Amino acid sequence: MKRVLDSLNEGFHRVMKERPEVVVIGQDILDPYGGAFKVTRGLSTDYPERVITSPISEAGITGVGIGLALQKFRPVVEVMFGDFTTLIVDQLINHGTKIYAMYGQRVPLPLTVRTPMGARRGYGPTHSQSLERLFMGVPGLNVVAVSPLVDPGELLTQVILSDGPSLFVENKTLYSHPLWSEESSIQGMKVTRSEDTFPSCTLSYGEEPDVTLVTYGGMTPICLKAAARLREEEELICDVVILHEISPFKVDAIGASLRKSRRMVVAEEGTYSWGWGAEVIARLSEYRFDAPPVRVAAREVPIPAARSMEDEVLPQVRDVVAAAIQTVDSDLR
Amino acid sequence: MLSQIETDFRDMLLIRRTEELILQLFTEGKVSGTTHTCIGQEANAIALISQLDPAIDFVMSNHRCHGHYLSFGCSLEGLLGEIMGRANGICGGRGGSQHLKSGNFFSNGVLGGGAAIACGLALGEKLKKQNGIAVWCLSDGALGEGVVYESLNMAALWNLPILFFVENNLYAQSTPIALGVAGSVVDRAKPFGIHADEIDTTDVEQLRPWCSEMIEYVRTNRKPAWAVVDTYRLAAHSKGDDNRPEEELARHREHDPLYLLRRRVSDACIENAEKWVEDVLAKAAEAAENSPASTMDGELS
Repeated sequence: MKRVLDSLNEGFHRVMKERPEVVVIGQDILDPYGGAFKVTRGLSTDYPERVITSPISEAGITGVGIGLALQKFRPVVEVMFGDFTTLIVDQLINHGTKIYAMYGQRVPLPLTVRTPMGARRGYGPTHSQSLERLFMGVPGLNVVAVSPLVDPGELLTQVILSDGPSLFVENKTLYSHPLWSEESSIQGMKVTRSEDTFPSCTLSYGEEPDVTLVTYGGMTPICLKAAARLREEEELICDVVILHEISPFKVDAIGASLRKSRRMVVAEEGTYSWGWGAEVIARLSEYRFDAPPVRVAAREVPIPAARSMEDEVLPQVRDVVAAAIQTVDSDLR
Repeated sequence: MLSQIETDFRDMLLIRRTEELILQLFTEGKVSGTTHTCIGQEANAIALISQLDPAIDFVMSNHRCHGHYLSFGCSLEGLLGEIMGRANGICGGRGGSQHLKSGNFFSNGVLGGGAAIACGLALGEKLKKQNGIAVWCLSDGALGEGVVYESLNMAALWNLPILFFVENNLYAQSTPIALGVAGSVVDRAKPFGIHADEIDTTDVEQLRPWCSEMIEYVRTNRKPAWAVVDTYRLAAHSKGDDNRPEEELARHREHDPLYLLRRRVSDACIENAEKWVEDVLAKAAEAAENSPASTMDGELS
């Protein structure tokens, strides 16, 4: 059974084979270790000159990536834990995206920063966060998140081949998740993928939806479980819309489902306030709603290490279920 | 045919008069925003940057970048247009005084980060097995930024052809170096195993051979170097924000790089240089004045 991790690793090997300008930089990425989460396994054996192990200098290697991009390489910088992206904010916001757009003419800057985000592994407050929202809404920066529904290796390849700077988010819990990119139906739901470079997916039972669940990344399996439970236990029919390009994002797939359901739940693993969900709701506010849309997200505390508390803090299936019921039970005031 | 010293005098004079014109435009209210002039530091730019090859080398400069930009052979018209917010600006008016790009020349107003980017440019030269080098321009102010030390480490670890060009002008905005920098500036690079040297002069005739050696060290050995020039900024950090004691300024004016050369070149040389500079500057200013205001049209909108 192929997993998300296998797809990422295969895609990486493929793009490095086909594109000699792809260079990888990061910590602990050399074989036999092959990277903390093994996405880069085998690359340093096959392409020793293009895989560079670095000191623990996240800002430094992101800057090096920018310089390499200006030299017409396609650098891929690995930040070992998404929590450490706080260290590269200046490089992405004041350098990378600015070089791309402030010099009067487009300066191609094909930089990819890959990083694992997310919790549910007991790693505690500084190795579990979903900080991608810090980078959402940054002009010129694409934020793309993996799900099992679209070939992650292909998604990574498309990011590497794009001409602007990108943050590529891999939720840790997905690495071992089975790949669903070849499936036309998952758990009784039909999968429709948009034709975009970074597709949106709509999963539907083929019945008129009561609620549209909108999510990305690591919340995908959770939202699917919630949809199944809502159907079985509450006789509520959900569409699940999964985005891969999360900033900037297109509303088309969400809007198409929302036109039928008129109710929406937006779920993300990051903290609640000022989150992705807020922007999704704002962008969709011109659509007709029968009930106020609801956000599901993490509680606003450092993510505890103890699993019992981690579970309490993070959004769970039950939270998505409760949110969906809320949209049905509450009418607009 | 001008001799080296005559050429240097003329080119330094062009930088000086350009900076003076820019300050004057601010005073007249013709431009908005901010600017940072390199008045007093012209010899560094000429001695180092003009010895690079714009076809193969890269310069990553900072907020005080006009001298570096002109010394790299970039367009004067483009600079004035840029600062005046005109369509003919080198970046179409988007960058302004401290964000310039022309060919392999880049500048950015945020300190420190350029060090790592210059390392990446140098790594690119290494991976491509090319002969170019990258120069990152900093001053004592940037020594407070952590990424500088990350970059020194990477440059040494990976044998990158990068020249760290440190123009130590003794002030970070209004903060004297004694309040901002501990220890030695030149010694900072040494524990990394990086070749480091220092020169305390504003004399372009002393700077030129020294800069040439530093450049050749990097180009030939394909290794980093840390080149510290002890200098002084004779004008304000930005426009009017100068509270340094007049006695101190007066003392440093005796080492004004143009003043030093004026005593060595002929009156005719000075006269010709003044005339030439006045001429090209007037033409460039006129071109900028006649260019329309920048708009948000085009691929970046």
